[in-house]
Amino acid sequence: MSSTEQPDHLESASALPVPALAGEQEGGVAPAADPVLQRAQAGDHQAFAELYARHKRRIYSLCLRMVGNSAEAEDLTQEAFLQLHRKISTFRGDSAFSTWLHRLTVNVVLMQLRRKGLQLISLDEAMEPGGPEDGPGRSFGGADPILAGTLDRLTLEHAVADLPTGYRLIFLLHDVEGYEHNEIATLLDCSVGNSKSQLHKARLRLREILRRPASEEAQP
Amino acid sequence: MSATPDPANANPADCAAFQAQLPELIGSGADLSSHPHLAGCALCQALLADLETIAEAARQLLAPVEPPDQLWKQIESAIREEEQTSAE
Repeated sequence: MSSTEQPDHLESASALPVPALAGEQEGGVAPAADPVLQRAQAGDHQAFAELYARHKRRIYSLCLRMVGNSAEAEDLTQEAFLQLHRKISTFRGDSAFSTWLHRLTVNVVLMQLRRKGLQLISLDEAMEPGGPEDGPGRSFGGADPILAGTLDRLTLEHAVADLPTGYRLIFLLHDVEGYEHNEIATLLDCSVGNSKSQLHKARLRLREILRRPASEEAQP
Repeated sequence: MSATPDPANANPADCAAFQAQLPELIGSGADLSSHPHLAGCALCQALLADLETIAEAARQLLAPVEPPDQLWKQIESAIREEEQTSAE
């Protein structure tokens, strides 16, 4: 780790800052540019319902894939939109609204995960350097690419669910939600290099999981 | 990467050095097809192909999921409850 990089973990995620209201500079869209957002900020329920309709799928999907069950995902989605309702008037457009909302949601999800001790441990493990994937040659597997043409949605969903929480979060944000590393770094309060490194390790872990024989997966 | 190198010829030290660079190379969107190490290393070719497959599958297969219809009613109800509480 270079001296300029932040520590390779997500301890700070335990208290991720409330979505930045004034400090972010990139990609901002002023609320005035979006009349629906502006109306929602003024307390218009119909406009808030429209914001929900716009963002519900990505927010719910993120929650669902992070916690793995629909009841909990519904609770988290509800909590995210409740928090949004409480804080929306403070959004100033210094960052994209969707980024702001996702950051708020990630906070909600991480707080929930930290309330559940086991996930908290795997989150920290996943973000610490020196894990098993760091060793040279650890990630070879075999000389043939065997995943091409074999992956279906269910297999991938199950493999993603098997990832340690920290890896799963980075993988979902980047490879599924389409966030760039600089956005993830902002979301998770880590360095861009850390985000790239963790994503790589997440994909390596997924490869391991996906290459496991089916008989091994059936073991308890 | 049309050649099929013999995996036995892979030099573990070269592979380790290449793999150490991979997070940055992949993260920066660099074109790795002409990377000198890959031309002679079937192991790293296979690794990279699998990682690309995983990333592509994630984009194509893991589409957003529609939440249940009643969720908005629950949220709306919770919002109104909060508003009433704060008005009291």
